[in-house]
Amino acid sequence: MLELKNITKVYNPGTVTEMCLFKDFSLSVEDGEFISIVGSNGSGKTSLLNIICGSIPVEGGDVLINGNSIMKLKEYERYKMMGRVYQNPSMGTCPNLTILENMALADNKAKFFGLGRGINKKRIDFYKEQLEILGLGLEDKMDIKVGSLSGGQRQAAALVMASMTKLDFLILDEHTAALDPHTAEIIMVLTNKIIREKKLTAIMVTHNLRYAVEYGDRLIMMDKGKIVMDKNSEEKAKTSTDDILRVFNEISIECGN
Amino acid sequence: MIDLIISTLTQGFIYALLSYGIFITYKILDFPDLTVDGSFPLGAAVTAVMLVNGFNPYLTLLCALAVGAAAGLATGLIHVKLGVRDLLAGIITMTALFSINLQIAGSNLAVERAVDTIFSAGPTMMLFGSFSLIQRKLIVSLILVILFKLILDFYFKTKSGLLLRAVGDNNVLVTSLAKDKGRVKILGLVIANALVALSGCIVCHEQRAFASTMGTGQMIFGLAAVIIGTTLFRRMSFVKGTTAVLTGSVIYKACIQAAISMGLPANLLKLITALLFLVILVIGNVEKGKGKKYAGA
Repeated sequence: MLELKNITKVYNPGTVTEMCLFKDFSLSVEDGEFISIVGSNGSGKTSLLNIICGSIPVEGGDVLINGNSIMKLKEYERYKMMGRVYQNPSMGTCPNLTILENMALADNKAKFFGLGRGINKKRIDFYKEQLEILGLGLEDKMDIKVGSLSGGQRQAAALVMASMTKLDFLILDEHTAALDPHTAEIIMVLTNKIIREKKLTAIMVTHNLRYAVEYGDRLIMMDKGKIVMDKNSEEKAKTSTDDILRVFNEISIECGN
Repeated sequence: MIDLIISTLTQGFIYALLSYGIFITYKILDFPDLTVDGSFPLGAAVTAVMLVNGFNPYLTLLCALAVGAAAGLATGLIHVKLGVRDLLAGIITMTALFSINLQIAGSNLAVERAVDTIFSAGPTMMLFGSFSLIQRKLIVSLILVILFKLILDFYFKTKSGLLLRAVGDNNVLVTSLAKDKGRVKILGLVIANALVALSGCIVCHEQRAFASTMGTGQMIFGLAAVIIGTTLFRRMSFVKGTTAVLTGSVIYKACIQAAISMGLPANLLKLITALLFLVILVIGNVEKGKGKKYAGA
């Protein structure tokens, strides 16, 4: 279980541009839960993910995994139990390495990178199996550099890489936002498939309200650092995209955009 | 004429070791490492002192690798742990090394003819005694440059090597792999400067001298060799990076040698080196720009 307790996050403290985003913010995520988070720009969605991953410091509060605080752990240490897929498809892969080399890197996540062979030939079939799930034919292009793939293919590869090893959490940071609608749909279906098949706990930030309604067990809407809507799967089943959009528009009008 | 070709090749090989180092920092880590101008004479200073004091000449190779590694470690720690920008971290170490090198060697140092170098000591003579000194220099430096090429080619295929290549390519991914990207960068700087100091060590054997200013412009030389090599073989992906750099090093030394043969005064050498480098950079940019003329601005 992941818990955020009484988080306080202030941007630019002590300056005229000081902005308090979170004050006493709390959230808990059950094991195996797939949460979608929506909210307008500046509502704190991405900051929330960055706080969980340790990419940005906080002024107060605690982040716990299974009851143990992870606040003292550095960013890279936290990734031992988390995977993350970014909005930018090029963030999740190495463009100048081949698909095979990228898969080998992901396979060795959190382990020791010593002087053993970088690519274990016995694992190649396993990598191909993992890529076959995508149905994009990447399993036949193992020796091609990832940089020559399209954004959608790269994001698909990044998704497989992020979820290849055993994880406590999968963090999806607007991971379909930079893709065209068709590719975004494919990636979203794949994401759902991988999360369900591997029974992952996942937190997905998205701007696509339909994805938020269709996928996941729980829907959270954020505004100015607060949770303004939190629907569990039963409530969510009764909610349509239009209902969400209505609430979303009300918030946006208050903000003036 | 033959002698001139042999000595140019020898120079190209010796400086290829330095270029391997710059290949690692510049091409793989994407780190403009100016430590090189200090770690190169550091290797030479340690070697000169050891030779003058009668140490086994082959031992200097190992010692140069070790002191070079330490120089790389210093730059790495300054950059990663103290948060100093990459370029400045290198400049700090380089500047400090200038004094350290003089402290080690005392002053500019010449190694007497009577002292054996790696080109004239027992084991080398046993194997290649029938060749002349200038030929032995070529053979020994060729052996070293091939040996380190094979070691590096092997290393780049290991897990550690793969992670090193990943950190320059996309360091966000290295963090997501639960690895400290800072530590990987430091490792790269250590390996690179060890090679640079080794190159300085062999130059000291070859010239039988250490000069405090011998590091000036070495970074530029290495960069030029790397850029020539990788540009030349860009479309041939089967050619390994190390092979390309080795070729680049020989070509660049040959260009400089040609300029000297045509009567270039020694005082203008660095000027020519810099101008030649500029030309190579511009050619490289023009080549790159061909495909994406309208993408720029």
